[in-house]
Amino acid sequence: MSRWMGKLKVFVLLSFAALVLSACGKENLTALDPKGYGAQDAMNIMVLSIIVMVSVFIIVMLIYTIVLIRFRQKKGQEDYIPKQVEGNHTLEIVWTAIPILLVLVLAVPTVISVFDLADTTEASSSVNVEVTGNQYWWHFNYEGEEIQTSQDLYIPVNQKVYLDIQSSDVIHSFWVPTISGKIDANPENVNTMFIEAYEEGVYWGKCAELCGPSHSLMDFKVVVVSQEEFDAWVEDMKNVDAEEVPQDAVAQEGKELFEANNCMACHAIGSSPVATGPNLTNYANRTSIAGILEPSKENMVEWLMDPESIKPGNKMTGNYPSLSEDEASSIAEYLMQLDHSETTPDSAGN
Amino acid sequence: MSLASTQKKSFGAVLWDYLTTVDHKKLGNMYIVAGAFFFILGGIEALVIRIQLMKPENDFISAGLYNEMITMHGTTMIFFAAMPILLGLMNAIMPLQIGARDVAFPFLNSLGFWLFLFGGIMLNLSWFLGGAPDAGWTAYTPLSTQSPGHGVDFYVMGLQLSGAGTLIGGINFLVTIVTMRGPGMTYMRMPLFTWTTFIASILILFAFPALTVGLFLLMFDRMFGSAFFDVALGGNSIIWQHLFWIFGHPEVYILILPAFGIFSEIFPVFSKKRLFGYSSMVFATFMIAFLGFMVWAHHMLTVGLGPVANSIFAVATMAIAVPTGIKIFNWLATMWGGSIRINSAMLWSLAFIPSFTIGGMTGVMLATATADYQYHDTYFVIGHFHYVIVGGTLFGILAGLHYWWPKLFGKVLHEGMGKIAFWIFFIGFHLTFFVQHFLGLMGMPRRYWVFLENQGLDTGNLVSTIGAFLMTIGTIIFIINIVYTSIKGEKASADPWGTGRTLEWAVSSPPPEYNFKKLPLVRGLDAYWIEKMDGNDKMTPAEPLVDIHMPNGSILPVTMTIGFFIASFGFIYQVDNKSWLALVFIGFAIALGSMLIRSLKDDHGYHIHKEDLEREAD
Repeated sequence: MSRWMGKLKVFVLLSFAALVLSACGKENLTALDPKGYGAQDAMNIMVLSIIVMVSVFIIVMLIYTIVLIRFRQKKGQEDYIPKQVEGNHTLEIVWTAIPILLVLVLAVPTVISVFDLADTTEASSSVNVEVTGNQYWWHFNYEGEEIQTSQDLYIPVNQKVYLDIQSSDVIHSFWVPTISGKIDANPENVNTMFIEAYEEGVYWGKCAELCGPSHSLMDFKVVVVSQEEFDAWVEDMKNVDAEEVPQDAVAQEGKELFEANNCMACHAIGSSPVATGPNLTNYANRTSIAGILEPSKENMVEWLMDPESIKPGNKMTGNYPSLSEDEASSIAEYLMQLDHSETTPDSAGN
Repeated sequence: MSLASTQKKSFGAVLWDYLTTVDHKKLGNMYIVAGAFFFILGGIEALVIRIQLMKPENDFISAGLYNEMITMHGTTMIFFAAMPILLGLMNAIMPLQIGARDVAFPFLNSLGFWLFLFGGIMLNLSWFLGGAPDAGWTAYTPLSTQSPGHGVDFYVMGLQLSGAGTLIGGINFLVTIVTMRGPGMTYMRMPLFTWTTFIASILILFAFPALTVGLFLLMFDRMFGSAFFDVALGGNSIIWQHLFWIFGHPEVYILILPAFGIFSEIFPVFSKKRLFGYSSMVFATFMIAFLGFMVWAHHMLTVGLGPVANSIFAVATMAIAVPTGIKIFNWLATMWGGSIRINSAMLWSLAFIPSFTIGGMTGVMLATATADYQYHDTYFVIGHFHYVIVGGTLFGILAGLHYWWPKLFGKVLHEGMGKIAFWIFFIGFHLTFFVQHFLGLMGMPRRYWVFLENQGLDTGNLVSTIGAFLMTIGTIIFIINIVYTSIKGEKASADPWGTGRTLEWAVSSPPPEYNFKKLPLVRGLDAYWIEKMDGNDKMTPAEPLVDIHMPNGSILPVTMTIGFFIASFGFIYQVDNKSWLALVFIGFAIALGSMLIRSLKDDHGYHIHKEDLEREAD
């Protein structure tokens, strides 16, 4: 029995160690490898609190182990009555005072960083984006720039970008773990938060507040590019010609179908403020379809044919005439050719 | 043995006896049995959740059903499993511990139980009537106000019913402890479990009204077209979060403080040593309860309340670590120098210390607001509160059940099975929840129906699911133990552990319906232990043998509850068709009619006569 238990313990410990070592999580998704202002702040506090907490835990477990080894009832002690100790003032004061000190050690840096992260004094001189959470996608409106986009948020590296976050329906929560902590998107007020990424790259964003069946599928991306690339992107996006007719015949047919099926009632191309559905500007450069599928024509066709099977409860299902595979394919071709900028997710980090 | 149970009774008579009983011990057992039933339901829901999350992009259940599962798992476990089992233990044990013959209001005690039971039944009927609630156990508006179907309506009415029951129970316990302590039982001689019952009842008294108000507003919004939470019509959805957490955070302490009380009983008994720092334990419990009302917004640090509110609530939350730390060290000091015997009850208590310490530590980590912006609404939080609620409350419940089982049911649970169940459950528990802290930080928000492939979350989730299966096996062995014990278990003596310290061990197992033939004289803390140390095998009576006044049983609590139950259906379905309002009137007629009967009919109870008492053995 005891040998078997020993082996089990070794196995559990080893598999646990392997787990910890192998996985800090996926790069640009995990909060354990921070690459932005808020995430780094959080990491600092986490490390500090873990040091404090683990030391307390070690002390507790040390006493616990001694107690269990030394004070077990031994054979022949059945009638032994230990001394009935009422308490000990010195000890009790010690284990009240030390935790108070430890709490102070944690409280001071926490309060300082809470105020630091809530500072919005530099907002007027920086990039400001209005972020709107919708069931189940994110809309981004670059304030003062006439740029509307959805799902992929382009920001310049090493610069505080101020996000004015709200919701158009239920509560969502905007979270890009590797760059920053989260803040809720509420229907009644605008929450302002800044994010600053220290490295170029494409970062995963998640919705962190239960918002309906497809809560877990409400992913988005933050594309962090150099300042020059960002400026170029802004120029490109400001000059999108929404009426531009594609060269390719299939795509032309797709554009006609797009218009004939009244897709424009919800989706805009260009800087139109219509945002009942995601803005489709620069769709060719999207990192994903519907936030979760690989960007490919097949996936786009699959989405257009039956969005419900991909994102249950989405608002697109049933709100447009059903499409034949050919029609869906043409529309997909059209959308996948909406290439409005030289700055793409591939620019990030290159 | 009690007078009535000496002759065999028909099934109908037994059923009637349970429907009408106002005996605190029977009601306690009924709370525990009903709570166990809901615990199994909640456990099955948990298992379904873990199977769905076993592998990436799993399609074991649909997204909508998944949201129903998480909502029902949380709601069931908190309101219909953990709370009732604790209330059951309080009901059964607390009057014995203070040397009382029953609670102050036996009739209300019964009403509280039936309201809880029918509330739970109401909530679970939603599965068969068009779908369960799906807005999470926190039912955040506007998701909950917009949720289609009647699921959330069942949540509202079910919680309203059971919440009224809990409030009644809490008030009853308070009055009992204030007015019915036996001769010599001063406040500072009360066992810690009685103290934590008292303090948890204060929390119930002040916290539940916030939930009641919130649920009423939600009910009006969903059923009568009001717009308290509708932003478009000038309402505010954040108000719900405040109301919910002003209730919800004290609720956490309502769950954990009685568990602390249980451990404070078990450590001294199985260390043969008095509780270390009794008065600081009482003080720490009060501190936790007091601070518990000051910290609700730490559940809302990402709502955008601003840096001032976030800082205040963060620091207030950290402060709770201090009294909790005092408790942990006092328990260790209780065992230090003692003579420790390890059985199942003690195993669960010993396992609690490291498990709950981890839960408490992650709690302090969550309180550091900056880092909470990362932890919040992720699996880190899931890991944290399961360490607290399973590692604290559930371990406390299981420790308490093993410890008091002989007192409740007259038999000692099988030790071998108890230990096997413990080890499997304990390993499963840590396997399930430890890794979840990391999953959260690796980018997995809570309440996710699926996690995507290639996001580094596969291994952790698989480990977690394996752990959940181990916990299931542990639970099944515990259930087998209960069945085995009730058939073959050895009959328990009054003090089966031999080292009982408090008054409940001075009466037979199970106690007679009047508890104490002659009320005992309490001469200090650990009253029974004092008598034993002085060489007495019995408590010194504080009164001569006299007739004992007993309350009559009544079916009225059941009829009242059924009235409210029917009315609730009327409220829910009048949204579809106004003629359902008839049910509201019928239901209220039954409920108010029952109240009228209760008010007009004189019920003086009955007496067990001295002569009958003399004939019974001790």
